Amino acid sequence: MNGAHDLGGMHGFGPVEIERDEPVFHREWERRAFAITLAAGFLGKWNIDMSRFAREQMPPAEYLATSYYEHWMFGLEKLLHEHGLVPRQQMERRLNDPAAPAAPVTGERVLAARDVEAALRTSRASKADEDVAPRYKVGDRVATVNINPLGHTRLPRYARGKRGVIALDHGVWVFPDTAGNGLGRKPQHCYSVRFTARELWGEGAAERDTVCIDLWDDHLVPA
Amino acid sequence: MSHEHEHHHHHHDDDDVQEHRAHGAPLSDVELRVRALESLLVDKGLVDPAALDALIDTYETKVGPRNGARIVARAWVDPAFRRRLLEDGTAAVAEHGFVGRQSEKLVVVENTPAVHNMVVCTLCSCYPWAVLGLPPVWYKSAPYRARVVIDPRGVLSELGVDVPADTEVRVWDSTAEIRYMVLPERPAGTKRMTEEQLAGLVTRDAMIGVARVRA
Repeated sequence: MNGAHDLGGMHGFGPVEIERDEPVFHREWERRAFAITLAAGFLGKWNIDMSRFAREQMPPAEYLATSYYEHWMFGLEKLLHEHGLVPRQQMERRLNDPAAPAAPVTGERVLAARDVEAALRTSRASKADEDVAPRYKVGDRVATVNINPLGHTRLPRYARGKRGVIALDHGVWVFPDTAGNGLGRKPQHCYSVRFTARELWGEGAAERDTVCIDLWDDHLVPA
Repeated sequence: MSHEHEHHHHHHDDDDVQEHRAHGAPLSDVELRVRALESLLVDKGLVDPAALDALIDTYETKVGPRNGARIVARAWVDPAFRRRLLEDGTAAVAEHGFVGRQSEKLVVVENTPAVHNMVVCTLCSCYPWAVLGLPPVWYKSAPYRARVVIDPRGVLSELGVDVPADTEVRVWDSTAEIRYMVLPERPAGTKRMTEEQLAGLVTRDAMIGVARVRA
C-alpha cells in the first residue's frame, strides 16, 4: 500500500540526528512493547510480513507523528484483535479498569523463558527450502513492474517502473506481497537489483551512485 | 547505563512509577496501553513474563554492535576470514556464534576507495540484529529513511563523511530478509594494533556506513 511508511525519496524531514551513547531503549514502556511484540509473534498466528502490513496501516498523519514503538503497538493491537486473541473491547475494558477480568486462553504455543535463546537462534521466518528456478541471473537487465496495490508490498514507490541490473541472487524466499496479505508463501528467487541514482532520481543525481534494492521475481520483467 | 537498565529485572510497574515520580508526569497514553496489553497477555496466558525479561535482556546486554566490531577486526587481520566474510557473511559470522533473528542471511559489503556502501530500510527498520543489536532511533526515523536513497552524499556530508566524486556511493535498501553490514576501511596508522584494539575502534555507525573508522 502507498502508506506513510514508504518514505524513500521524500523531502522535508530535516537532518539525521545521531544521539551520542544512545541506550537500547529510552523508556521502560519501549522495553515492554518490544518484548510483548516478539513474544506474541512466537504464538505463530501471523508472519513477519503480516506484522509489517499491520503497522503500515496506521493512518499516515498518525504514523509520521508517532515514534517507532508506537507503530509496533498499533500493529500488535491490530493483529491480536484480528486473530481473536485480545479483542478491542477487552483492551478498552482493561484500560478503563486494570482489574477487569480476562479468562485464560488455552491451547496456544506460548514462548517459555527457557526456550527464548533457542527460539531466537533458530528464528528462520522467510527462507524457503523449495527448489524454484530463478527467472534471472546476475548481470541480467530487468525492469520493475508499476504496481500500486492496496495490500502489502516490498517494492517501494521510488523503485516502480525503473530499470536495473541483477547484482546478487539471494536464493529462494517467501514472497511478502502474498504472504503479508494472507495469500500464501509463493516461494521465488529474491535478488539484489542495482539501479543507478540517475535512473531513480533523474540527471541531477551523482553520476556514479547506485541504490541496491532486494526484489523478487514477481516484481521484475526483462528489460 | 541508566538506572532503568540496572533495574530492568524488577517489576516494571515499579520502574514506571519511579520514572514518572522523577519526571512529575502522569503516564502517557501509550504507556497506559502497553501496560494494559501486557497485563492482558499475561493474564490470558499468551506470554510468559519470564520470557519477556529474557527477550529484553538478550537485546539489552548480550547482542549489540560489539559483535559486529569483532567481526570487522578479525576481517582486518585475517585475509582468509575476510574472503569468507565477503563470500558468505552468514556462515562467516556463524563461526563466531552470531546467528538468529533478523539475520537469516547476512551480506557483508566492503568499503574501498572505489565504493562507499551504506545501509537503510526505507520501508521499516530492517537491520542485522545478530551483529549490530537493535537499530538506533535515527536509523528508524523518517529523515534517514527518506533521504539516504535520494541524497546519500548530503546525509554523509552532514555527518562529517566526505566521499570523493569518483567514488561510487552504493546504498543498500533492505527490503527483504537479507541483512547488510558494512566492512569499513581499516584506518591508516593501525598496523601495530592487536585485533582487540582494532575492535575497540569500530563503531556501530561505521558498520551501517554513515561514519569512517578513526585510529
